[in-house]
Amino acid sequence: MTMTVAATPSVARGPKPQRLTPARIGIYLFLFSAAAFFLLPLFIMVVTSMKTLEEIRQGSILALPLTLNFDAWVKAWTQACTGLECNGIQVGFWNSVKILIPSVIISIVVGAVNGYALTFWRRPGSNLLFAVLMVGAFIPYQVFLNPMIRFFSFAGLYSSLPGIILVHVIFGMPVMTMLFRNYYTNLPVELFNAARVDGAGFWRIFFDVILPMSAPIFVVAAILQVTGIWNDFLLGLVFAGRENLPMTVQLNNIVNTTTGEREYNVNMAATLLTALVPTIVYFVSGRWFVRGIASGAVKG
Amino acid sequence: MTNISVREMTIAFGSRRVLDTLSIDVKAGEFLVLLGPSGCGKSTLLHTIAGLMDVSEGEIWIGEKNVTWEEPSERGLAMVFQSYALYPRMSVRQNLSFGLKVAGLPKDEINRRVDTAAELLQLTELMERLPAALSGGQRQRVAIGRALVRQVGVFLFDEPLSNLDAQLRTDLRVELKRLHQRLKSTMVYVTHDQVEAMTLADRIAIMKDGIIQQIGTPHEVYRQPVNRFVATFIGAAKMNLLSGRLTVAGGKVTFIRPGYSIDLAGYPFASPPQDGAEVELGIRPEHLVGGSMDLTIEIVEPMGADTLVWATREGVTFAMRLDGEQQVAPGDILPVAIPISHVSLFDAGTGRRV
Repeated sequence: MTMTVAATPSVARGPKPQRLTPARIGIYLFLFSAAAFFLLPLFIMVVTSMKTLEEIRQGSILALPLTLNFDAWVKAWTQACTGLECNGIQVGFWNSVKILIPSVIISIVVGAVNGYALTFWRRPGSNLLFAVLMVGAFIPYQVFLNPMIRFFSFAGLYSSLPGIILVHVIFGMPVMTMLFRNYYTNLPVELFNAARVDGAGFWRIFFDVILPMSAPIFVVAAILQVTGIWNDFLLGLVFAGRENLPMTVQLNNIVNTTTGEREYNVNMAATLLTALVPTIVYFVSGRWFVRGIASGAVKG
Repeated sequence: MTNISVREMTIAFGSRRVLDTLSIDVKAGEFLVLLGPSGCGKSTLLHTIAGLMDVSEGEIWIGEKNVTWEEPSERGLAMVFQSYALYPRMSVRQNLSFGLKVAGLPKDEINRRVDTAAELLQLTELMERLPAALSGGQRQRVAIGRALVRQVGVFLFDEPLSNLDAQLRTDLRVELKRLHQRLKSTMVYVTHDQVEAMTLADRIAIMKDGIIQQIGTPHEVYRQPVNRFVATFIGAAKMNLLSGRLTVAGGKVTFIRPGYSIDLAGYPFASPPQDGAEVELGIRPEHLVGGSMDLTIEIVEPMGADTLVWATREGVTFAMRLDGEQQVAPGDILPVAIPISHVSLFDAGTGRRV
C-alpha cells in the first residue's frame, strides 16, 4: 500500500494514472469468455478437419491432431460426393463465383442509380415508390417463391444462370437502394444544385460528381452483397438449376450424403472452404464495413 | 446587363405558402440584397430564380425571356452557394472548368476563361489543389470563380460569406463589391447579416414571413423604415422605442408619455395624425444627443471606435452610441435629448410608420 501511495504523485499533473478497477476486470472477463464461446466451434472444425477418421473415432473432440494432415481438405475440394457425382466442392465454388460476380456488380449499380435518383431527382410520388420498395425488403422471400417460379418459367429464365442472377438483383434492390439513398441524403444537396446550375444532366452529375464521392458506400454494398449472395442457400437451390447449384447447396449435399461412413473431417473441411470467401471479405474490409455502416446506413 | 422580374409568384409546399403572390424587379446591373431572419423565404426566392425550385404560380423573367419552366442551366445565370459546393474530387482547375466543359466549349476558350478568372481572384497558385487542401476563404473564391467563368448576366449569391470568420468576411465583402463595380452584372445576394446588406447593396429588400416589407437603398431603409420590424431589424443595437400617445391641438402635434413629452413640429407624417393615437417613437442609438433628460448608465460596451452605452430612466432602457474617446462608467448620469429630425413614429397596433 505504501508503495502505491509513494508512486502516485501528490499533485495532479500530466496523464492520469491508469488503475485496474473491478469494473474493468469484469469487462475483460466477459470479453474473453464471449470470444471463447464464439471461437470454440471454429477451433473444433479446424482441428477435426485435420484429423484422420481413426483419430476422430477415438472421441476427444478438443484434442489436437497428431500430424498436420490436409488429406481431408484435398478430398473435400476434389472428390467429395454431392449426390451421384464425386467431383468435390470445387464445382460448387466455381458456380458460386459465376453467380456472385455479375449479381454483385449489377445489384450495386442498380442500387446506386436508384438511390441517386430517389435522393436528388425527387418527383411527386418518389417517396411512395421508395416506401413500396422498402415494404419489399420486409416481406419474407418464401412468399415470393411460387409466383416467381411461375413467372421465370414463363419467361424461360427458370433454372438458368441469368435467372439466378436476376433473382439476386431483384432481392438485393431494396436494401441496396436504401443503403445508397441514406448515404446520398447525407451529401450536401448544394453540390447537386451547383452541378445543375453548371448545366450537368442526370448521368453527368451521377458520373462526374456523385460517383467519385461514393467509394465508402460502394465498399459497404460490396461486402453486404458478396456475403449475402455467397451465403444464400434457398434462392440458389430453387432458381439456379442443377448445372449451377452454388457452393452452399453442394455443401449441404456432401454433408447429408447418407451412404457409407460419415467423413466428419471431409465435411468440416468442405464447410471451412465454403465459409472462406465471406471470412476473407470480413477480414480484409472489416474496418471499412463498420465505418460505412455507421456513416451511410445508421445516420440516415 | 440583364434584369430580373418576378411576377406574382407563389411557392407552396403542400398547403403551406412560403411565398405568396410576390413580385420584385431587379434592374439590370443592380446589386440587390435580400435580407431577413432565417425562415423568411429569402433563400426560397433565390433558389426559385435559379430554377432549383418549382414555381406554384406566377412567372419569372430574366432579360426578355420567360424562364419560369426553364432548367437552371438555360437561364443564363451563375450561383455561389453558402457551403461553397465545390466538387470534392476535382482540382480547382477542374472545378472552374466543369460548367464550361458541360457546355461543350472548345478547350482553349475554357483555358482562357479559367485563367482570367484565376488571375482576378488570385487563384493561380492553387489550380492543381483539391478543395480539401484550401482554406475557407480560398474555397469561397473558387466558388465565385466558378460563377465568373460562365460569363453570364446574372449572379446569385446564397449567403456566401456566412461560413467564414469575421476578418475574412470583411475582406471578401470588399472583393465582392470591387467585382461588381468591375463586371457591372446583375447580382442578387441573400444574407441575414445586415452589415453585408448595408455595405454591398444598391437596394435592399427586407423580407419577413415571405413578404417583402420594404425595398430601397441602404440609406432609405435605415433612415425611413416603413414599419417597426424593419426599424428594429436594421441597425446593430436596435432602434430605441418609446411607447406613448399623440395629442393634436391647434395644428401642434405632441408625443407624450408619463414624465416626458416632445413637440413633433416638422415631422413628415405619412397621414394626418389622429389625436390620442397610440404610437411608438423610435430613435437610433447614435442619434441621441446631449440635452436635458438625465439617464443613468447601466452597462458600457466599448467597441474601440465607439462605445455602446445602455442607460435607463424610469424603467426604460436606451441604447446610445458614444464616441470611443469619451470615458464613461456605470452609474454615471448622462443628460440626453431626442432630436426630432431623426425620429420615426410607428402605429402601436399595426407597427406601420405614421
